[in-house]
Amino acid sequence: MGKKRRLRKESASLGPPLTSNRSLKELMATHYLLSRYAQGAMPVAWVTSGAPVEILRPFDFYTFYPENHGALCGAQKMGPELCAEAEEHGYHQDLCSYARIDLGHYFSGKTPVGRLPKPDLLFAANNICQTVVYWYKALAEYWKIPLILFDTPYNFGEISEVDISYMVRQLEEMIPLLEQISKIRFRYKRFRKIVGIAREASLTWGEVLSTMKARPSPMTIFDAFIHLAPIVSLRGLPAALEHYQGLLAELKDRVAQGVGAIKNERWRLMWDNIAIWYKMRDFSNLFAERGMNFVTATYTNAWTETIGYLDETKPFESMAKAYSLVILNNNLDHRLQLMERLIQEFQVDGLVIHSARSCKPYSVGQYDLRRLITERLQIPTVVIEADITDSRAYSEEQAMVRLEAFFETLEG
Amino acid sequence: MNYFGGIDVGAISTEAVIIDEGDEISGYSIVETGANSTDAADEAFGKALLAAGIHRDAVSFIGATGYGRVSVPLANKTVTEISCHALGAKYLFPDIGTVIDIGGQDSKVICVGDSGKVLDFTMNDKCAAGTGRFLEVMASKLRVSLEEMGGLSLHAKAEAHISSVCTVFAESEVVSLVAKNHPKEEIIKGLSRAITNRVSGMVKAVGVYGEVTMSGGVAKNRGVVTLMEEQLGKPIRVYTEPQIVGALGAALFARRQSRAVK
Repeated sequence: MGKKRRLRKESASLGPPLTSNRSLKELMATHYLLSRYAQGAMPVAWVTSGAPVEILRPFDFYTFYPENHGALCGAQKMGPELCAEAEEHGYHQDLCSYARIDLGHYFSGKTPVGRLPKPDLLFAANNICQTVVYWYKALAEYWKIPLILFDTPYNFGEISEVDISYMVRQLEEMIPLLEQISKIRFRYKRFRKIVGIAREASLTWGEVLSTMKARPSPMTIFDAFIHLAPIVSLRGLPAALEHYQGLLAELKDRVAQGVGAIKNERWRLMWDNIAIWYKMRDFSNLFAERGMNFVTATYTNAWTETIGYLDETKPFESMAKAYSLVILNNNLDHRLQLMERLIQEFQVDGLVIHSARSCKPYSVGQYDLRRLITERLQIPTVVIEADITDSRAYSEEQAMVRLEAFFETLEG
Repeated sequence: MNYFGGIDVGAISTEAVIIDEGDEISGYSIVETGANSTDAADEAFGKALLAAGIHRDAVSFIGATGYGRVSVPLANKTVTEISCHALGAKYLFPDIGTVIDIGGQDSKVICVGDSGKVLDFTMNDKCAAGTGRFLEVMASKLRVSLEEMGGLSLHAKAEAHISSVCTVFAESEVVSLVAKNHPKEEIIKGLSRAITNRVSGMVKAVGVYGEVTMSGGVAKNRGVVTLMEEQLGKPIRVYTEPQIVGALGAALFARRQSRAVK
């Protein structure tokens, strides 16, 4: 009997689940399933979340995202186990836990998805952090495969023509190498089309997020964290675009009917930094029960903020711009302005900042940002210290005390 | 006469405070938390009743706070220690805007608004650096009582340099200082400096607003308070029994809540 019963109960405070959750699950499951047949059948590339993947698509690479896989391991609560595997091989606990999970997988073969496709190529961009450079260098050494690194100058103020041409030149230099690895000739027309699809998917994702401006918001940020997967790892493929078109239609419908993601939306919040993957469900219930809904996040916004710069009429230049201006490669002033804009546009009442032990570029400056936002916008804020996937760096008791004090301040 | 109770179940000690309808303190107690939060809460509350000279039935509403607040069956309401310290401190010193609470397990800096409402706060991260536990570990290493530490620090002629705020690493620094026959007083002053450096960093993160008060067990340590005053360039108000500020805040919340219920 009880076998089919769901072990984890959804909170009564949550609204009806999105029907698009099912199509997302299918889409991502198919993608992971395909990976088993990809090896040998098509060239396989492991790619960082901020890499200009559009350049790989004309060569029919099967792309795999270790960070997306890391998030999956985190959500399945396998983070500590895989991190420990990497630590046993000398990698330090202070290293990003996505990197440790990935290296832990290399050493142990452990993964919740059966088996990962062995890469022919590693493709990294340092627009999200410098860690990926060394992490991917380690993988390249272990597997004895080529690594292509896309170097994006940090944007201190204005992006210069020199910076753009430096990045364009790198992209151009990649082409012969990619042709050699994939044994497929580069076709410019096809590339332009892919850039167009990526741009459209990114803009559609932006529209999806914009529906959360409605009161009540038709989706929570926890839904958005999950639905982020296609724009990260299937960008440039028509399937990602189709998924977001379906999701957008569903959300618009919900807004028209006044259906909220939580039943009693009293407070609207913003999330800063990557999700705490192993606490998604707990947090979703915790906040919903108090009538609090996260309606925006700098993290989910990152995949619509700059990819809209993509322009198929000048694909290389526009890619250089789109990929070098991402939030983590941009100065703190920009981040402050972005956060202020999101807080105002989404009518946010309070800000929850996740200081993630793994992600140094995201977590540095958060205390200053918080102080400035509290002063300028007069909204309550709280910082919780945790990690994206390594739950050993999270203390439930300490996080709860901070959150409860935040709730008390918010509720006055 | 109606009375209201506040119980603060902390990591090391548990305090209970009874106030009357005029918000005056009728009695209080401080006991060790030990292994069972519920027992500690019962014991502290019983002793506070005794000190106030009243019967249990006279207390109409009880608030609980602190890490063990969920394990207090007596309580009608639970409130976080952040809100309680803010309200308690504001009641004791109406002109304060900043509360530095250094407890056994954590330290926090709270910016308090006019009505005792929390405007902003910060807490130490997941480690015992800058908490009462840090001093407790060092006191036992140096074979002095916690009470003695403050006086010894004030009498130090010089100051040992402790570079680490990590309890474990600082302990090994203390071991090597002891091995070199460094005077105890100077080591204690160095330790007090380490804790104030850590906490004043948190104060700066929140900012200093209005007058400053210190609460929690570490506020009894004159050595730490004096160094903190030096560091902030401001006098710090300390209530005669700084450990009960959280419990007092919980009792004040209980009194407010009972008014709201009526």
